[in-house]
Amino acid sequence: MAYSFPVEVLEHIFSFIDSDNDRNAVSLVCKSWYEIERWCRRKIFIGNCYAVTPRIMIRRFPELRSVSLKGKPHFADFNLVPEGWGGYVDPWVLAMGRAYPFLEELRLKRMVVSDEALEMVSKSFKNFKVLVLSSCEGFTTDGLASIAANCRNLRELDLRESDVEDLGGNWLSCFPESCTSLVSLNISCLGSDWSLQSLSALERLVGRSPNLRRLRLNRAVPLDKLANLLRRAPQLVELGTGTFSSELRPDVFSNLSGAFSGCKELKALSGFWDAVPSHLPAVYTICSGLTSLNLSDANIQSSDLVKLISECQNLQRLWVFDYIEDSGLEALAESCKNLQELRVFPSDPYAMEPNVTLTEQGLVAVSEGCPKLESVLYFCRQFTNNALFTIAKNRPNLTRFRLCIIEPRTPDYITLEPLDAGFGAIVQNCKELRRLSLSGLLTDRVFEHIGTHAKKLEMLSIAFAGDSDLGLYHVLSGCKSLRKLEIRDCPFGDKALLANAAKLETMRSLWMSSCLVSFEACKLLGQKMPRLNVEVIDERGPPDSRPESYPVEKLYIYRSVAGPRLDMPAFVWTMDEELALRLS
Amino acid sequence: MEKSEQHERDLNFAGTELRLGLPGIDDLKKQVQPSANKSNKRSLPDMNENCTSELTGNTSTPQKKGHPAPKAQVVGWPPIRSFRKNCLAKKNEAENSGVYVKVSMDGAPYLRKIDLNIYKGYKELVKALEDMFKFSVGGFSEREGYNGSEYVPTYEDKDGDWMLVGDVPWDMFISSCKKLRIMKGSEARGMGCVV
Repeated sequence: MAYSFPVEVLEHIFSFIDSDNDRNAVSLVCKSWYEIERWCRRKIFIGNCYAVTPRIMIRRFPELRSVSLKGKPHFADFNLVPEGWGGYVDPWVLAMGRAYPFLEELRLKRMVVSDEALEMVSKSFKNFKVLVLSSCEGFTTDGLASIAANCRNLRELDLRESDVEDLGGNWLSCFPESCTSLVSLNISCLGSDWSLQSLSALERLVGRSPNLRRLRLNRAVPLDKLANLLRRAPQLVELGTGTFSSELRPDVFSNLSGAFSGCKELKALSGFWDAVPSHLPAVYTICSGLTSLNLSDANIQSSDLVKLISECQNLQRLWVFDYIEDSGLEALAESCKNLQELRVFPSDPYAMEPNVTLTEQGLVAVSEGCPKLESVLYFCRQFTNNALFTIAKNRPNLTRFRLCIIEPRTPDYITLEPLDAGFGAIVQNCKELRRLSLSGLLTDRVFEHIGTHAKKLEMLSIAFAGDSDLGLYHVLSGCKSLRKLEIRDCPFGDKALLANAAKLETMRSLWMSSCLVSFEACKLLGQKMPRLNVEVIDERGPPDSRPESYPVEKLYIYRSVAGPRLDMPAFVWTMDEELALRLS
Repeated sequence: MEKSEQHERDLNFAGTELRLGLPGIDDLKKQVQPSANKSNKRSLPDMNENCTSELTGNTSTPQKKGHPAPKAQVVGWPPIRSFRKNCLAKKNEAENSGVYVKVSMDGAPYLRKIDLNIYKGYKELVKALEDMFKFSVGGFSEREGYNGSEYVPTYEDKDGDWMLVGDVPWDMFISSCKKLRIMKGSEARGMGCVV
């Protein structure tokens, strides 16, 4: 149009628009805006690597600098997705290596990454800066060595929670002496056996990285080395310690304490493997500045936890074992008025009897005392509807609520009723709730509440709940904002799924395992919905070797413009027209 | 209740929904109705016995002497990441939580994962592997290893060395085994295997 801005002006304006949603909106205004936007988009997030192909991405966005990809479904974290299912990054790296020579950032989650892929990354992108591998697997320390050796401007190497095969060697020493650009290094997932050479390579690396702000060590780094590292990096903002135990020698302790007090910018602490309570006071000097404390690797008991936490008045995030107990949580509620996120993990999830006194009382206390609390993950063994009512009343600002009562189908322990009403109160009061995980004894009623009230809910996790298809029907027909739904061991079947088939195209994905969806329904869904990939995952053998009405073991449905994928293992079948014709 | 009747009618509204079977048939034909509500048990008859993708509430797990039977575990429950399990109170490790190791077999297209804790000893383990991958190992002797087998079970231990399955006491094996590999007999020469 003659009177519109020149392309350069529009590009410049668009360069201030960062959020994916805004960029998507811009691209829909008109054809010329679509064209301009796609040429100047630099960052992309692909929530399901099978929803689109590398080719499609490259064709639309030729100038990307930052790519984020997610692979396996969330339940892979709990061993529900069989080995070999998929999520391979190699084809992406191969394609991007050719198309994006200026790629700077790659962030992967739950993907299978080979050493070859890492080597390709290290050699294809001259200006590569950021590599984040979150819960990934398939690579070894050899792959890391390529990254260290070849990425001259590396700023971030973050291996959070990945499964890395340690082949020994000394990959840290592969960082050239000229590499001084590191800002963030997270190797906390690496093993606990390290050579002295590795340790000294680490020390030298830290020493020559003046911009290092985030350093998360692995268990292998002994406590007496920590002080040295801290003195070389007093500018750290986040620290994950290595093992936090050693022979108690006064000089080690005072050295460590002194080193910590030199780190005046520290905001986040984690690590603390094997922590010995008497060593904890070494960090007291920086506690008042801490906003994040992750003690979920430390077997510290309640009284020592309380002593530490009460030093941290400005805490916003706390991750801790249930050793903290109700009493500790009450103390937390007293001291930490800025708390926003609490995660309490079970120290002994398989014990028949509880080993600690952590009940619904603890969470109720925190909900009362911490007005900014918005994100909760809580493992415990008992709960009541009343407690849920109270929490909902106290904290209408909750955005993430994940409650895991360890024994499936546990009722309200006082009234013996299902927890439908309690969770109902949560979704009714917490109008901004985006993520919810249910547990305990639950009937279809809870899903009625969720469908009616949880209008902003984006992710829902359900296990051992519900009575019938009605439950699933309520969720699929009511939850307007639902993007991810994961279900295991629920009596949900064909009717609800087929009646809401169109809904599935508005979501990223649906996972159902050990439910009652028949092979027949899967076939129908796959045939009728070409823009959905309906994957049947069944390790018992081909689904057509059993009657069609038999439930499939696992089902993963996701929207895709890429069509059925070509890298499926023998125990995965994509239901589509072709397959249906072949099998009929 | 009125509301659920209304919902039932909505579910059967034939206009826009996908249905199985010919139009006019209200119920899905041959719908399976197992009583799966109150127990974890699946009512399917052909579940592979050795399938470790789900343990039912009635499966008995091997008990260590002197300990009460640990609760039969459901795979992936409670929903905790494996790396978290690994740093729990050490005394609980091998007894209650699963010791999952990957199993590869030369020539097989994909790997499997098994929980070593559910086997009482080598005999059970090898039998399970034989069933899973459809091969047989013949007899094991200390001197000659797996005599006359086309395939030989081996494992990688904590030190990164590849060892023959069966040499060390079972308990030591469980705590040191990182992964299993079913090797072709011809490759296993030099590990005491006469093929």
